[in-house]
Amino acid sequence: MYAQMVKSTGKSVQALDDMSPEERAFQERIDRGEKIEPKDWMPDAYRKNLIRQIGQHAHSEIVGQLPEGNWITRAPTLERKANLLAKVQDEAGHGLYLYCAAETLGVSRDELFEMLHSGKMKYSSIFNYPTLTWADMGAVGWLVDGAAIMNQVPLQRTSYGPYARAMVRICKEESFHQRQGYHIMMTMANGTPEQKRMAQDALNRFWYPALMMFGPSDKDSVHSAQSMAWKIKMNTNDELRQKFVDETAPQAEFLGLSIPDENLKWNEERGNYDFSEPDWDEFYNVVSGNGPCNVERLEARKKAWSDGAWVREGMMAHAEKKAMRKQAAE
Amino acid sequence: MSNAKEWPLWEVFIRGQHGMSHRHVGSLHAPDAERAIKNARDVYTRRNEGVSIWVVEAENIAASSPSDKGPLYDPARDKVYRHPTFYDIPEEVGKM
Ligand SMILES: [Fe+2]
Ligand SMILES: [Fe+2]
Repeated sequence: MYAQMVKSTGKSVQALDDMSPEERAFQERIDRGEKIEPKDWMPDAYRKNLIRQIGQHAHSEIVGQLPEGNWITRAPTLERKANLLAKVQDEAGHGLYLYCAAETLGVSRDELFEMLHSGKMKYSSIFNYPTLTWADMGAVGWLVDGAAIMNQVPLQRTSYGPYARAMVRICKEESFHQRQGYHIMMTMANGTPEQKRMAQDALNRFWYPALMMFGPSDKDSVHSAQSMAWKIKMNTNDELRQKFVDETAPQAEFLGLSIPDENLKWNEERGNYDFSEPDWDEFYNVVSGNGPCNVERLEARKKAWSDGAWVREGMMAHAEKKAMRKQAAE
Repeated sequence: MSNAKEWPLWEVFIRGQHGMSHRHVGSLHAPDAERAIKNARDVYTRRNEGVSIWVVEAENIAASSPSDKGPLYDPARDKVYRHPTFYDIPEEVGKM
């Protein structure tokens, strides 16, 4: 998902009996549904995993502004432009809520940025795909935010208090994102044949990358079990992917668009849709830096950070000078 | 990359509606209080979530520590007579 490939300790889940008394008390608090707060004792691995997961999530919100930012100046109407601007501004906010939550675990904001810029920390693979037409703004809001919601709603119950609270705020804001995207798709799908073709093309390009957002299949995901025991992951990747397909397929039908998967069909027996897996080689390739836009995205982030340095430094110097003057006057 | 120092961290409290207390909503970085309030407006009240904002530099907040839990709160636990239900009042007295 927004945190797709969070490397954990790789060890299997510890049994209660093998735990130290502290670890055991900690796990029992989580099992009882208690929230862990910043000053509480926590195992080192829990802290480290959370920093990676929340950090990756925050970076995704921030980098995720870029593909949509591309279309703010090109929106077809003033209203669409205002909608998109508000949506992208929300994503900046989401990034900030999450960075704050990560910082409560003892990592600094600058350290997090540094790890993003150096490639030590990842962001979601989805943002390494280009947004080629206006219809992509529809597909991104509908599918990408739709997939994000699928993952974020259960995370409101995650065990770490500041993360859970950030998720509550984020979820409140997300549904507008998805609806504005779907609204764009509806308009285009009911527009001229050319517009409908653009909408179909956007769906074709974003469908599999959206499925990849949930991360590799459970059978290949070695990191899930411990994260689930700690309640920093609430569902398996495959569960969420299935849920996403089940919700999205009828929405595509309503639009009169077809999902680019000939195996997609309702399975009466399972009560779910059958569907094709995305190309996992492509996924690993994008995650390891070779997607169509990886270089561009990271360059844009680094440039924004270094171009803004003089402003940050200037404002800090000004604030310090003002504080000193005030002190002198007292 | 510059090694200039990070903007300090501010905790943000917002009064959601008239008549309510301020509530902690999160934190942000800003060079000074004035800027922290402006940033808080953008980060935490994009949908009319507040009528008033407080910001406090995080390092100025003193907090109880989790290990104090027992000694701090236990003394209140056995004083049930602080609650109205401790006192039995006959029904004929009416609502009290
Ligand atoms: Fe978001
Ligand atoms: Fe969103």
